[in-house]
Amino acid sequence: MGFFWTIVVLVVVLGFAWRFLGSYMAAVFDGRVHFLGWLERPVYWALGTGPDHEQTWKRYAVSMIVYSGVAIGVAYLIMRIQGHLPLDPQHLGGVPQALSFNTAVSFVTNTNWQNYGGETTMSYFSQIGALTVQQFASCAVGVAVAIALVRGFARRNSPTIGNFWVDVTRFTIYVLVPVSFVAGIILVSQGAVQTLAGPATIHDALNGVTQTIARGPAAFMGSIMQFGTNGGGFFNVDLAHPLENPTGLTNLLYIVLTLSIPVALTYTFGKMVGSIRQGTALLAAMTIIFGVWVGFTSYAEHQPNPAVAAAGVANTHVGNTEGKEVRFGDTSSALFNVSMTQTSDGAVDSAGDSYNPMGGFGLLTGMMLGEVTPGGTGSGLYTILVYAIVAVFIGGLMIGRTPEYLGKKIQAKEVKLAGLAALVMPLTVLVLTGIAVSVHAGQAGPLNKGPHRFTEILYAFTSQGNNNGSAFAGLNSNTDFYNIVGAIDMLLGRFGIMIPVLALGGSLAAKQVVPPSAGTFRTDNGMFVGLTIGVILIIGGLTFFPAASLGPIVEQLSHGKFF
Amino acid sequence: MNLRVLWSALRLVLVSVVVLGLGYNLLMVGIGEAVFPGQANGSLVHYHGRVIGSKLIGQEFTSARFFEGRPSATSPTPYNAESSAASNYGPTNPALLQEIRANLARVLKQNPGIKASQVPPDLVESSASGLDPDISPRAAYLQAPRVARANHLPVGTVRALVASHVVGRFAGLYGAPHVNVLELNLALLKLDASQP
Repeated sequence: MGFFWTIVVLVVVLGFAWRFLGSYMAAVFDGRVHFLGWLERPVYWALGTGPDHEQTWKRYAVSMIVYSGVAIGVAYLIMRIQGHLPLDPQHLGGVPQALSFNTAVSFVTNTNWQNYGGETTMSYFSQIGALTVQQFASCAVGVAVAIALVRGFARRNSPTIGNFWVDVTRFTIYVLVPVSFVAGIILVSQGAVQTLAGPATIHDALNGVTQTIARGPAAFMGSIMQFGTNGGGFFNVDLAHPLENPTGLTNLLYIVLTLSIPVALTYTFGKMVGSIRQGTALLAAMTIIFGVWVGFTSYAEHQPNPAVAAAGVANTHVGNTEGKEVRFGDTSSALFNVSMTQTSDGAVDSAGDSYNPMGGFGLLTGMMLGEVTPGGTGSGLYTILVYAIVAVFIGGLMIGRTPEYLGKKIQAKEVKLAGLAALVMPLTVLVLTGIAVSVHAGQAGPLNKGPHRFTEILYAFTSQGNNNGSAFAGLNSNTDFYNIVGAIDMLLGRFGIMIPVLALGGSLAAKQVVPPSAGTFRTDNGMFVGLTIGVILIIGGLTFFPAASLGPIVEQLSHGKFF
Repeated sequence: MNLRVLWSALRLVLVSVVVLGLGYNLLMVGIGEAVFPGQANGSLVHYHGRVIGSKLIGQEFTSARFFEGRPSATSPTPYNAESSAASNYGPTNPALLQEIRANLARVLKQNPGIKASQVPPDLVESSASGLDPDISPRAAYLQAPRVARANHLPVGTVRALVASHVVGRFAGLYGAPHVNVLELNLALLKLDASQP
């Protein structure tokens, strides 16, 4: 019953976000929102740019890559020298090279894969100066790229697709800053910790124990990491930690924050291309897949853990409790983790490694579908638009016409770019997983045995290649091999898709619009929704099914066998 | 031209580090300190003028006179709040089976008269954070007879105490019913102190 109402609340709140945040974001990117102009103008002045400096797709891409590269360098440097910086009450000392590199890449690519335990590795300065900052920036970059692609559809005969610096600045100031502020206050009021005081030590508690409790500025990080679909928390266990996710309310708030921007961007898209229905069609495809995965995974986690059943604990009406927190319960934990793997968030409020085989399958496959349901901030929209172009192309082949999408002719160049963007991720993930299972350094990582051992490695590369950051945390991946190969995975999964997407935007913006005729293939009806879902499932299914069969599917089919 | 892009990028990154990272976070620390000082500092609980724990962080209770929390997978000791951790045992890992069997044996030994089929899973399976401050209401009721005996209290009194500490779903909707172990044990101590 509780779960049913949770879904109802979620649908209503996200409905509001879709309608109002969606139209607000369109206004922000069109330059119709000015109330924080006193913050906006000094930034343009410092950068020597402004809304009138339009960029071609190439300059847009160069700005984006240089900005990301510098961000990686600065974050890397802060972690390396944190021992000499202030705000280090635990005297943790500098972070090692390979780990700093992996972490810097991870936070700049919106992945937030974490090969470290936050409270035992990162000083407060690194947490806020190197990591929280990139949770703002990487989100804004993702959305900016998506908007640049949308402008490709919205503009005609245009050599330019907007200005990268202006898009990032506007989105940060008008969307991220206000919402993360309000959400941060709510989180603190519920008990999320936000302090610069060091750990609290308790001597001689009721039962005579002594306990030291790690603290820090975690609440604000929680707020922006979820709103920006980053997902990298302050503590080792991420959002399972009671000091960052203290109550059922904060758990729901985190889900709402994560889904808001990706869902609302479909409205923004519709608004900017002049037809809300076009955005609604994409949202429908997202929602149908998301709903199926939530149902499947929640059902799987509502079953007892096989080890509990084998030990003779016969409470069959209580689900899998290993690696879950009592205050959230089994189905709500599954809803949380599904929401984070179908976006590019990757936060966890329960240990994915201890999920039942089909529960883990639900999380893993959510990422394998390319994170478009609804996907990450910006990355969800631009990736589903890539799939939509593939769908339009297939539809065009069926009826024997040159395909069009939103009045733009989809020709060989666009189909090639879309194909490239759709295949970079599966190719990277599968090749790197293949390497990891073949070399000793890769085989040394997993904690568990049998098929679950393979799943841990596959999950790690799927997660990083999709810029998700969720983990089967039994994998010991703080090694030179996993740090460096993982960073390559994240860089290809981010920029290997963003660059063709921007090229696509540039190519579309330069085109004329073809007026719709009776023979135009419609892209705002149920048929197109079905076709898009088909493309998403076929690309994900065909590329990943063999790999998934070797992991969770074998584990599920080997009833009662322990490895 | 590319050098200019580099300078723009560097400036934007540094402005972000100072304003969004340091400045904004310190502002939130200040607001937390001013408006919600208890929560912002970790919801610490006081008893007789000293801090005896955090409401949100579980502790290890081993004495029979206290309610016990869930198994914890942190290392090197359980409920190590300096280093949160889950077991990360996969569902088909024999180590998980072994651990659950050991936990079950302990629960059955401590609470005579209880059958394995009555034990709720949260008492034998470890939590996601290793610091779960809560147990399910069933797990609390199961321990009530033992706790009552050890404290020389009527079982009915202890059961009533558990009942008054069950926290329902948030707004009746969200999360799962639970009992905070530290608060329950604190109430038990106060009850003991008020007995003649």
